Amino acid sequence: MKYLSAIAATLFAVAVWQAIVSLTGLPKFILPGPALVAETWWQNRWLIAEHTWITGVEVVIGFACGTVLGVITALQLADSRAARVLVQPMLVFTQALPVFALAPLLTLWLGYGLWSKVAMAVLIIYFPITSSFFDGLMRTPTGYLDLARTMQASKRTVLWHIRIPAALPSLASGMRLAAVYAPIGAVIGEWVGSSQGLGYLMLLANGRAKTDLMFAAMLTLGVFSILLHMVVRRATARMAGDGH
Amino acid sequence: MTPAPDLVIDGTATIDGATLFASLTLTLAAGQWSCLLGGSGVGKTTVLRLIAGLETGAEFTGTVTASDGLSVPERVAYMAQSDLLLPWATVAQNVTIGARLRREKPDLARRDRLIERMRLQDHLHKKPAELSGGQRQRVALARTLMEDRPIVLLDEPFSALDARTRADMQDLAAEALQGRTVLLVTHDPGEAARLGQSIVVMTQHGLTPCQPPHAAAPRNVDDLETLETQGALLRLLREEAA
Repeated sequence: MKYLSAIAATLFAVAVWQAIVSLTGLPKFILPGPALVAETWWQNRWLIAEHTWITGVEVVIGFACGTVLGVITALQLADSRAARVLVQPMLVFTQALPVFALAPLLTLWLGYGLWSKVAMAVLIIYFPITSSFFDGLMRTPTGYLDLARTMQASKRTVLWHIRIPAALPSLASGMRLAAVYAPIGAVIGEWVGSSQGLGYLMLLANGRAKTDLMFAAMLTLGVFSILLHMVVRRATARMAGDGH
Repeated sequence: MTPAPDLVIDGTATIDGATLFASLTLTLAAGQWSCLLGGSGVGKTTVLRLIAGLETGAEFTGTVTASDGLSVPERVAYMAQSDLLLPWATVAQNVTIGARLRREKPDLARRDRLIERMRLQDHLHKKPAELSGGQRQRVALARTLMEDRPIVLLDEPFSALDARTRADMQDLAAEALQGRTVLLVTHDPGEAARLGQSIVVMTQHGLTPCQPPHAAAPRNVDDLETLETQGALLRLLREEAA
């Protein structure tokens, strides 16, 4: 049923798209139709695959690093009041900065290649991961903590046996959000400075009025993001307690 | 386990300056079930939490002392209305959570004996969500017994169960917790009448001790004197509230 509705929605979107193209008669460098985009995609499949691979590597490394960093930060924050006082305002402040504005700096510091994009993806997912996991850690049901107290539990063992497991569903939702954000981060990085990746390809195609190729790259990015989201969703199902 | 001591809680409690309970002295006899019966908001859970050394949100001036002079909070086991089973852990893991929280090696032979006594042997590797309400409270009781403490604090542990399961659990708990100093906080006069070896009604005006039925606890659900006591307790609760 879920798949059926997804297929139906896709078909509907393609039909609307085709209808707009047919009715308005827009030239193909403004709005190419679905058939043309599909054709271009097929003709350029190896080119697109190559750039998708680059972006994919950036996203996966960024996702992994961002998750690890976010988890460590959340644990530190949950464990120490001093860390909360010092670090939390800073975290919020960094969120107030437009990530886009940092992209050129990252390129300056980390170069033109992989790592500036990884850093970009990390920056964009670090906050959702940290804050969702941290919230989960701070919202342990008080009954568990009472019980642990009467059992003479130490702070460490409560964290390990109760607070972390109780916060895993929150971490899972943070990771699911991050799976959608991470590709955006990588692509922003590619826009600002790169010679490879789907973001680069989109920019290049756009500059040369190859709007059909631009669409093909963009849709590929969309499909990649959805696939990543599905993989992460599946991978975090146990954490989120979906099975219960 | 040290022998079960008498417990005396003596003092007053206020919340933001307003009196929760005025000068109160409650004595829990060693090795006996004391039932503290009262309506919502009279502070009976606060009394229990003070004994357990838990956060109450109230300002308590007074003392909680054991007749053997030893510290109290390290010697209590606690069971609440919610079973407090960890949903991600199996029955076996939930029963031994105390040892793991103290970084001790759990006594698995003891765990298996308790699991069997609570008739949970078929559910050892199930998660709490797969169990019924009564089974879950049996796991919670096994976890409480696993702690093997001389003082056991029960905060309305059976109030969410259906009537039949509640009666079963009362029998099981009464038998399993024999010889320990038990405080049962409840709003159910029937429960107090069945289980209490001493019964105290708590209202805004203070504590009123009541004569428990003569039969040995747990009393039969249709024992006449127990039913009379239940009625008397309910009448007392209603009078005090009026």
